[in-house]
Amino acid sequence: MSTIAAISTPRAAGGISVIRISGENALSAAEKIFFPVSCKEKASEMKGYTCAYGKISDGENVLDDGVLTVFRAPKSYTGEDVAEISCHGGIFVTEQVLRLILSKGVRPAEAGEFTKRAFLNGKMSLTQAESVMDIISANGKAGLRFASALKEGSLFRRIKNVSDSILKLLGSLAAWVDYPEDDIPAVTDEEIFETLDLAVKDLDSLLSSYDSGRILRKGIDTVIVGKPNVGKSTLMNMLSGCERSIVTDIAGTTRDIVEESVRLGDIVLRLSDTAGIRSTEDKVENVGVRLAQKKLETSELILAVFDLGSEISAEDISVAESCKGKNAIAVLNKSDLEQKFDFSGIADNFKESVTISAENGDGAEKLSEAVKKIYDPGKIVPDAGILVNERQRSCAEKARNAFSEAVNALRGGATLDAVNILIDDGENSLLELTGERASEAVVNEVFSHFCVGK
Amino acid sequence: MSYFIDSYDVAVIGAGHAGIEAALAAARLGAKTLLFTISLDNVANMPCNPSIGGTAKGHLVREIDALGGEMGKAADACFIQSRMLNRGKGPAVHSLRVQADRVKYHNHMKHICEMQENLCLKQAEVTEIRLENGKVSSIVTALGGEYKVKTAIIATGTYLKGRIYVGDVSYESGPDSTLPSKGLSDSLKSIGVKLRRFKTGTPSRVHRRSINFDVLEKQNGDEDIQPFSFETEKDGLKNIVSCYIAYTNEETHKVIRDNIHRSPMYSGKVEGVGPRYCPSIEDKIVRFADRSRHQLFIEPMGLDTDEYYLQGMSSSLPEDVQIAFLHTIKGLENVEIMRNAYAIEYDCCDPRDLRHTLEFKNIGGLFGAGQFNGTSGYEEAAAQGLIAGINAARYCKGQEGITLSRSSSYIGTLIDDLVIKGCSDPYRMMTSRSEYRLILRQDNADERLTPIGHEVGLISEERYEKFLEKQRLIREEIKRVKEKTISPCEKLNALLEERGTAPLSSGIKMSELIKRPQISYQDLAEFDEERKQLPDEVVEQVNLQIEYEGYISRQMQEVEHVRKLEEKTLPKDFDYKQIKGLSLEAQEKLNRVQPENVGQAGRISGVSPADVSVLVIWLAGQA
Repeated sequence: MSTIAAISTPRAAGGISVIRISGENALSAAEKIFFPVSCKEKASEMKGYTCAYGKISDGENVLDDGVLTVFRAPKSYTGEDVAEISCHGGIFVTEQVLRLILSKGVRPAEAGEFTKRAFLNGKMSLTQAESVMDIISANGKAGLRFASALKEGSLFRRIKNVSDSILKLLGSLAAWVDYPEDDIPAVTDEEIFETLDLAVKDLDSLLSSYDSGRILRKGIDTVIVGKPNVGKSTLMNMLSGCERSIVTDIAGTTRDIVEESVRLGDIVLRLSDTAGIRSTEDKVENVGVRLAQKKLETSELILAVFDLGSEISAEDISVAESCKGKNAIAVLNKSDLEQKFDFSGIADNFKESVTISAENGDGAEKLSEAVKKIYDPGKIVPDAGILVNERQRSCAEKARNAFSEAVNALRGGATLDAVNILIDDGENSLLELTGERASEAVVNEVFSHFCVGK
Repeated sequence: MSYFIDSYDVAVIGAGHAGIEAALAAARLGAKTLLFTISLDNVANMPCNPSIGGTAKGHLVREIDALGGEMGKAADACFIQSRMLNRGKGPAVHSLRVQADRVKYHNHMKHICEMQENLCLKQAEVTEIRLENGKVSSIVTALGGEYKVKTAIIATGTYLKGRIYVGDVSYESGPDSTLPSKGLSDSLKSIGVKLRRFKTGTPSRVHRRSINFDVLEKQNGDEDIQPFSFETEKDGLKNIVSCYIAYTNEETHKVIRDNIHRSPMYSGKVEGVGPRYCPSIEDKIVRFADRSRHQLFIEPMGLDTDEYYLQGMSSSLPEDVQIAFLHTIKGLENVEIMRNAYAIEYDCCDPRDLRHTLEFKNIGGLFGAGQFNGTSGYEEAAAQGLIAGINAARYCKGQEGITLSRSSSYIGTLIDDLVIKGCSDPYRMMTSRSEYRLILRQDNADERLTPIGHEVGLISEERYEKFLEKQRLIREEIKRVKEKTISPCEKLNALLEERGTAPLSSGIKMSELIKRPQISYQDLAEFDEERKQLPDEVVEQVNLQIEYEGYISRQMQEVEHVRKLEEKTLPKDFDYKQIKGLSLEAQEKLNRVQPENVGQAGRISGVSPADVSVLVIWLAGQA
């Protein structure tokens, strides 16, 4: 397989950036650009699990200094020879180093390719690989915690418990059917109901964790609304500003919407770019309102901003109306001004309200608390294992539906052979979920995640 | 010294349940066939249970019949009691089982073979198989007679290097005091067939007059008797005998435990692996120490004998221990043993060396069937015999062999399990081995397999026409029932309420009513004025196919799912060590089995789903 390289740390300003090179020629390629200061050993002569300090140079100019860490096959992440160059952070410098290494017969890695190689070289199981993909895309600490809990198998264990009890039931059914003349106790309807009901209950609770899991992993789709000049963009700046270094730009699913992710404690908010909406507001007010309205309907969280310094207006009331029944927080801005706004009439439309001064950067804490009251990451114990991607959710759902169908069928008087088929189906979905059963779907999932070429 | 006698297309070695089906199928397909047996008086012998069918085994017999085999018809001709097992548990697991007259069955089958055109039944011990260019060329008997043949089917049952164990006594023997087959093992090894030892056992036979039937539970046959064969008329079938049930007790167990050291199994004398699914009584007592009793069935061996068979009491303990433990059982206090129980050890092959056609991968024209392939049971043997016989005949004609998929039949499932997963102890068919139970019912074996039997050439035109007519009637009636609306009326609603299902307030398609578990097609006869008089077997299919439609379509999705994986073809004679992502165990197993496609690979034990994913990704990378 060819030798590949990529920047393994986030594309953001940070203390250190790591460039990972993997493949047969990883070490000889590294050797061409990395020159150890002590000069004792070339990269290709270094032992596995050792590092060296040195200069990164194209032969004429030194680009940076850094540390080279060598891993020897098969004892590396990918199972191949791996060289990792840690250099000094800045996006520009890091990209320069990458470009240099790519000029030495190394090609850029595709998304997920290191993980794919690790999988193909038997370094990790499918569920592990899947959770690595999730770690890579996990925003925020809680999300990461969940992703690693998954890797260590807490989801696996939880599913396994359900699956084991079902397997036991299937075993009793099989024995009873295959040995009708032996002294084997009949499997009673009560036993079947009991096992299946419990399985459905467990899977239900697992399924309900899916949304929380997804929110932690992907962030909460959030929109900031409010009539012009209440301080929406100031709020946006305040939120983005509190942790500038971790703000990242993520291109959304549609090209023209750019979202900004900000972190409030353990929770990531994916803020819509309201500036775009506002600029159209100026020109064609109706269009703007309509766009804001649409965004408001599809978002998971609404931050409705009101100006404490002015009287409540018809527009404010209209904004409040559209927040009814949704996860909405009233952000009462400009606490530093004279209070003219009467919130009491619309307070019922919101789950929470906070008073802030975006201008002074005052109240971020309070807002964060309010968000947490609605989406409490602490409520979900990572060790309990949760479903984090669509494939897992759909398997769990299929299993749950099959089991509850089996309960209904049995209650409706269906014969055991038919009920047995439904239980089989459910068990198969569980085994698929934990990766104990091969399926085209699982493999397709791998393909789509790992961008396997050709 | 050997001398040439004659030339044949197919030689079948062994005239037990596998050998007979193989020889009859081959001869019927036009191959000049030679069927060898060590003793003509033991053709189609039942050295164990005098019964045919049972859970999943009953399915096999129906399938054998649907393909054009003999076992079902012979069982219908020789049964003395018939029961449909699992009646209360749904149609997919209904299984027919009969008690057969052992001697009558032997005579019947022997005569069928004698009357078969193209088939020569011969008493001789085959001791050698000769090859030319890696293909079977001739076989040689113990007397030195050489027959030129194109194919040979090994169906040696428990005869091959057979050795019987009773306590510390052991001697070379075939089953039921026949001569064992001695020379063939070495010849097979020398041509590259790997052999191993399996063991099985049988209980004692006792005299009728020494059983106190008054204290035993009696078990009678069904009133409404279903035949095995789709061609047997139901009229005139009747039960003649009863079976009886007895139980072991703590005292029985104590006798066995106190003497367990005298069992050759526990002293390590027997190297063969016994069947997990048909354990000896001492095995049951050691493995299920907490059970206070075990059940045994007392079954007549036939009409012209007073011998009774004690199902569930197979043992290799010494004779005195056998007598002692039987005498502790209520009803058997004075029982008189006519034939003692014994364990028998024999040579068999590793079925992973076979293709799905049952031909050896490395030897052209050599086939295996029955216990020689590692199975247990007459029905499992007959099923393989049939497939091996068909394929041997096709081999002679230069035709491609036939294989049955898992979704087509229990026979297909059995062979796929053997060839792909192999077996570490004698393999017994069970309904739970099939993932397609609801499709593979015993009632629709003809629908699944008769077209194949016809295409192969074992189903006559006349039978096939009848089959097509039955299918047409089923199709048309299902169509009619799905279109027909039934209106609510007082009488119908009264029936529905009586059955505990919701009454109708408006018209409904008749098929929707039939889908309710409480209501059958037959129940609606009086509300269905256009209904024609249809044969029972058509009515049965209409009812089942509608009632279970939802479940059947679920299973069809599963079939489709597997088919996709089976479309991914793997290279032949490939070294899987080249694929680094595979686990070490998977590499070894894949190298051993050399599966044809990814679907098969996934069924090999030791090949995990992650390994399958690696294979799929690897295959995509090769394209």
